[in-house]
Amino acid sequence: MDNGLLIRPDRPLDLEAVPERRPRHWPFSPWHFFLIPLALMMLLPLIWSVITSLETSSEAQRFPPVLIPSALHFSNYLDAWNSLPFGHFFLNSFLYSAATVAGNLLFCSLAAYAFARLRFIGSNLLFVLLLVTLMVPFQVVLIPTFLIVRNLGLVDSVGGLIVPNLCGVFGIFLLRQFFQSLPVELEEAARIDGASRLGVFFKIVLPLSAPVLATLAIIQFMWSWNDFLWPLIIITTPQHAPLQLGLSMFQGTHVTNWNLLMAGTVMSQIPMLAVFLFAQRWFIQSIAYTGIKQ
Amino acid sequence: MADVSFRDVTKEFAGATVAVDRLSLDIPDGEFMILVGPSGCGKTTALRLVAGLETATSGSIEIAGKNVTHLSPRDRDIAMVFQNYALYPHMTVYRNLAFGLRQRKTAKAEVDRRVTEISSMLGLDELLGRRPAQLSGGQRQRVAMGRALVREPKAFLLDEPLSNLDAKLRVQMRAELKRLHQQLDITTIYVTHDQVEAMTLGDRLAVMSAGKLQQVGTPQDVYEHPTNVFVAHFIGSPPMNLLKATVAGGQAQAGDLSVELPQVPEGPCIVGIRPDSLSVREADDARPALDFDIEVVEPLGGELLAHGFVNGHRASPDTTAETPLLAGDSESRAEITAKLDGRLRLKAGERVRLAVHPGEVYAFDAATGDALR
Repeated sequence: MDNGLLIRPDRPLDLEAVPERRPRHWPFSPWHFFLIPLALMMLLPLIWSVITSLETSSEAQRFPPVLIPSALHFSNYLDAWNSLPFGHFFLNSFLYSAATVAGNLLFCSLAAYAFARLRFIGSNLLFVLLLVTLMVPFQVVLIPTFLIVRNLGLVDSVGGLIVPNLCGVFGIFLLRQFFQSLPVELEEAARIDGASRLGVFFKIVLPLSAPVLATLAIIQFMWSWNDFLWPLIIITTPQHAPLQLGLSMFQGTHVTNWNLLMAGTVMSQIPMLAVFLFAQRWFIQSIAYTGIKQ
Repeated sequence: MADVSFRDVTKEFAGATVAVDRLSLDIPDGEFMILVGPSGCGKTTALRLVAGLETATSGSIEIAGKNVTHLSPRDRDIAMVFQNYALYPHMTVYRNLAFGLRQRKTAKAEVDRRVTEISSMLGLDELLGRRPAQLSGGQRQRVAMGRALVREPKAFLLDEPLSNLDAKLRVQMRAELKRLHQQLDITTIYVTHDQVEAMTLGDRLAVMSAGKLQQVGTPQDVYEHPTNVFVAHFIGSPPMNLLKATVAGGQAQAGDLSVELPQVPEGPCIVGIRPDSLSVREADDARPALDFDIEVVEPLGGELLAHGFVNGHRASPDTTAETPLLAGDSESRAEITAKLDGRLRLKAGERVRLAVHPGEVYAFDAATGDALR
């Protein structure tokens, strides 16, 4: 029986040699027995919503839930689209998300650069105050924010959605930490080369910050797209509602159109999935970039 | 005319750290001035003050006769090479070189002309399309120099530019820097802690310690006529041997060594002897001598370095007030180094008698460290 330790009279026995093992040919490891059920458990709500979106109204209301519908009613999607102004919902959500992403990218980066690199009286105090506001739940400032938006005449408009969310403390903090990790000599070299402060910011700092800017954009987009509470407070007509608020209109006082609601929900998550798939590389890269100097 | 002057410049940082202490230094147009000193002596801060990256707490800085103390870096018409090059990582070599010119709204044709001229001068032609991450250390260093020179600045500032290179490349780049300076004749201020670089590159050296200027002069001048014990010890490799001595009747006694030093006042002093001033005593040698017990021999080919002990007390070159100058080894054996003929085949454990010419013996004040002759 050959176990890899061939006895040879001409060579002394090498007791250090490791006997050859037969390589495993199984395509998975024991961990998969734990991970696969876990993954299924996490996917279950998603799968269930898709299934529900293809059922009839009565099937959707049954308990225990029907997991294999009698037929695939793709018409639910068309019905959902037609029963409520989905076109408006998508447009409003898109405007809200795009504007808040752009606003955050611009304002947070400018503020973060000031905190990271500029020396001015009160900078530390101001930064600490900003951080403190992160601990304040939105519900606490909900009414004052509403009053400000009302005084601006922006109630029941997409502008009312956008304005309070144009700049967030999270973005300032995230970007400040990143800017501080960039070598300051790069900026000094640019200043000596003749760039103004703003020139250094736009030509050197921002191009090098692409990963963290992408992170902020993705996080802000996700947050705005899925936002429900603020639109609920500020929007009163369906035409001005973003998606999540619009979907809630499938929920009546007594009856909920579950199958249409699910169809609407699935439709509303497609852009989010697309953003994630497209920007997947940035998600992973940006987590690695947090705090690490290039 | 692009001379650079420091006029009584002081730089204090928060926490009362005085980085530069009343520095006054004139660097005439076209000179290669080296600021040299140990880490933390203020040389880099002094350079950054010229660049405008730091603002002087008091005093003024002039470039080409104009007071630039409160001008921003971009208005001073200077260029700087950083220790880690600070090349813009997201730009190609060409764009790195062109950046400064573009910032000053130079015409595209002119930008192209100057970039190609500098790139061929520094051998960067094949690298113009590459990014800094794709370059070797030596190539990056040349791009950093090119980026500075392409702007034809009034002053060229370099902050330890060779310290990140390997030994062989460093020697090569030193020669190239010297050649470039001869060719371009730009006022250059070069900061280094390496005294070999300082000696080989500079027209003049400015030796600094703890924020204060210790001595300015040509390399040879600073080597042969140090104004104080710090400069004497810092310049020269291996460093000067320092021994505690007592002077009586024109004669200085340091352990076994007795040397005639007529101009030196009576009392304690510090005696300095460079390693290459020592030689093995011949039979009819009338020079002052001392017994030397060899501990370690470093053969260098034509020469050898012998480290060992003599009778006597070693003195410290530290000129700061906290450490008294005569706080060295308190034992009766002082460690010294001698640079001797390589053919002597000396070995560890041997005892030889070393002689020194009295004219090559330095003397320093025991309290202040100032040179006494």
